[in-house]
Amino acid sequence: MLTEDQAWKLLDSVPDPEVPAVSVVELGIIRELHCADDVITVVVTPTYSGCPATEVIGLAIRDTLLAAGVGKVELQTRLDPAWTSDWIGEAAREKLRAYGIVPPTGKAAVGGAQPIHFVKKTLTCPRCGSNDTERLSEFGSTACKATYRCKSCLEPFEYFKPI
Amino acid sequence: MTQTSVQTVAASAEHIEYVMRLGDNALILGQRLSEWCGHAPVIEEDLALANMALDLVGQARLLLTHAGNLEGKGRDEDQMAFLRVERDYRNITMMEVPNEDFGRTTVRNFLYSTFQILLWQKLATSSDTELAAIAAKSLKEARYHFNHSAEWVIRLGDGTDVSHAKTQAALDYLWPYTAELFAANPTDEAVSAAAIGPAWGELEAEWEAMVLPVFAQATLVVPARTPFKSFGKFGRHSEHMGHLLATMQYMQRTYPGAQW
Repeated sequence: MLTEDQAWKLLDSVPDPEVPAVSVVELGIIRELHCADDVITVVVTPTYSGCPATEVIGLAIRDTLLAAGVGKVELQTRLDPAWTSDWIGEAAREKLRAYGIVPPTGKAAVGGAQPIHFVKKTLTCPRCGSNDTERLSEFGSTACKATYRCKSCLEPFEYFKPI
Repeated sequence: MTQTSVQTVAASAEHIEYVMRLGDNALILGQRLSEWCGHAPVIEEDLALANMALDLVGQARLLLTHAGNLEGKGRDEDQMAFLRVERDYRNITMMEVPNEDFGRTTVRNFLYSTFQILLWQKLATSSDTELAAIAAKSLKEARYHFNHSAEWVIRLGDGTDVSHAKTQAALDYLWPYTAELFAANPTDEAVSAAAIGPAWGELEAEWEAMVLPVFAQATLVVPARTPFKSFGKFGRHSEHMGHLLATMQYMQRTYPGAQW
């Protein structure tokens, strides 16, 4: 039987399938772990409503814990409070940057805050460090990322959107 | 993953109907947007429209699961999405009309995502805690949909002669359907009285205050209101709905109970 600490450490080795630079724990989606007898209950808060990775993550969590000898894994979904990219810690943000994804800037909008049209963020290219970058699309290869391009090194890069 | 929903009081018919309207709007618009996959004018828009479709289908899953729980007849999200007949869908008619072109798709996304922002903000404090949680989460996604579509409405409307003409035609076509969003009806009245959510008509002034300046900036002319009425949210759909459902439901009706 695993202790809760051991289970947390184990899940910290489970990468997000779409952003493998960070673990599901670093992403902040594992909300609670409860170990009782031979059962571990894992409470997960999904990121985007339509994130196709959500179910893959559930399977990966289950497989990882079962492989470590846990008898039974219960997965629970908790929607409230909604996941926010603010829950990604500093160390994980650096891992994202090193992987080529600019981490979310600032705080995610809360409450009634509205986005403002045509206000472009200045992002620093994660490859060459130039600030001469432009947004190609608010939507990238996955729901959580936008697509940018560096006008200095001419490479495209991704931006993890604050949400 | 298992959806855990705790509903202590039996839901009223109006409450269920209200949640189904939300779920069906998300589902049907998600289906329409997914039709762009592989066909959008540029690859960035292909990704954007597919991503928005995913968000909407994800919201539809949560909402229809919730509606099924409230109903208490054991219907899950798949049964709700794939095994209902046309007259049982509660989406507004605007969601089901064909995409036509990028202009109409963009204007529809703009009209609806604006409405979504206002609605999700209100529903985030709903007395239905599951609905409130879905709303708080969906609001974040709606903001991105709004931002994206608003920028495109301006770019297309205030663009070339061709993009302006197509976007104006899209607005002329879709505008009469927006009256359905705000039309008074007993479901909304009951839900509003029970503090579950706003009657949609309460949102009309705020909605106009958000959409009209964008259309003005886009140099588009908003048509005058006409007597035209559509009734999708009451289950009376346009001729387009059957075709959409035939495509969407094909797999589940051919292989009942199939899982993928």
